Amino acid sequence: MINPPVEDFATDFDHTDEAWVADPYPIMEDLRERCPVAHSDRYGGLWAPMTYDAVSAIANDTEHFTSRTVVIHNGRPGDDALPAPIGVAPPISSDPPFHEIARRLLLPAFAPRPIAALEDFTRELCNRLLDEIGDAEFVDASNQYAEHIPVGLIAKLCGLPAEDGEQFREFVRIVLEGVDLPTEERIEAFQPIEEYISAAIVERRESPDDGLISYLLDAEIMGEKLSDEHVFGSILLLIVAGIDTTWSAIGSSIWHLANNPDDLERLVAHPELLPSAVEEFLRAYAPVSMARLVKDDFEFQGCPMKKDDWIFLSFPAANRDPKAFDNADEVLIDREINRHSAFGLGIHRCLGSNLARLEMTVALEEWLKRYTKFELNASEPTTFSQGQVRGPRQLSLRILERS
Amino acid sequence: MKIHLDTEKCQGHGRCYSLAPDLFDCDDLGTAVVVIAGELNDEQLAKAKLAAGNCPEFAITIGD
Repeated sequence: MINPPVEDFATDFDHTDEAWVADPYPIMEDLRERCPVAHSDRYGGLWAPMTYDAVSAIANDTEHFTSRTVVIHNGRPGDDALPAPIGVAPPISSDPPFHEIARRLLLPAFAPRPIAALEDFTRELCNRLLDEIGDAEFVDASNQYAEHIPVGLIAKLCGLPAEDGEQFREFVRIVLEGVDLPTEERIEAFQPIEEYISAAIVERRESPDDGLISYLLDAEIMGEKLSDEHVFGSILLLIVAGIDTTWSAIGSSIWHLANNPDDLERLVAHPELLPSAVEEFLRAYAPVSMARLVKDDFEFQGCPMKKDDWIFLSFPAANRDPKAFDNADEVLIDREINRHSAFGLGIHRCLGSNLARLEMTVALEEWLKRYTKFELNASEPTTFSQGQVRGPRQLSLRILERS
Repeated sequence: MKIHLDTEKCQGHGRCYSLAPDLFDCDDLGTAVVVIAGELNDEQLAKAKLAAGNCPEFAITIGD
């Protein structure tokens, strides 16, 4: 099912619309001035705040908004969702107080020191991909490079075979992009994911390793092992949330550099700017928009929200709000003050943010060591993903200079 | 001037200990910890301001 085209985003908002997918930033700017909270009857009722202030307020308000389901889809919310507080993919789908318990289980594995230990692995993976690309004049930075980096890292962390990567990408597509399918078809499409993760859990129960599946199987909450649903949901979260998000962030960064030769030249000449450039790419091209559900009828900033209405929680829109950022629509790779919200705000701050930053930094470092000048391939269009994660899915480049 | 860290607000984004490792560290969960006690010198003050200005949760303030 394909949703009809949007006439006016203020009253008929749809983040899957072609115009939004192609270039959401002018639409955000227009809505910020006119609304600033857009509305839609689609998906059973949806609100889309476009200011930093409103996005931050909702992200921090767990009293009026629940995270029970975080992927906006057709069919009334709740049809296929476990009741709060656990949700389908803990802790992203959990509310307080359970949220903190589920999150604390996973935080140590994603803390700075264990993630920093993956740097050599990440660098080797990037170089292997670049070696495979070789001397080709045309390179797809999305399909030949960015895509494979998070797949390799998530497989390693979970203790799953790297060869299963192709399947992970298909799972991600089903969960995040099949959002306008009817509920029955969505449930059916989920089958292979259920089978894969369930089989992986059985295998790890029999032969434990040092990966995250074994870690979760071994973990306890107040003296009790986690429920099967909890282990399953957390693995689903790691696979779905850890892959096309970082793929998108790496792809958007390379896309920006292909479009902005001055920034490319500057970054090649001054690699010490990379940390601030990475943060600026995260701000300007934040890949992830989250979702919340309204818990009960509630008026928010003058909007009469109804129980179970969706909130499209656009961190990308918050990051472009001129009230929160100077020159918000300009990409400044040496921006010093940058409180961007690419990894969310409040208690659901992205669990994998340290991992994502490591992958982005190493991926860009290794890419720029080899390709010092490149541009978009004019004969192949760049395409962007549809849904709540935004990034280039085809990004054909012409390499102009190698080092 | 001293650093004040609101541990209730900190969500472990990690910007402070990346930008100012002499002033901040983290615990096993990634939550920030201030590692310098007392008054800041000029160089430390500049770093502390940079860390505060990059905290997405507005958890760091600098004051008396």
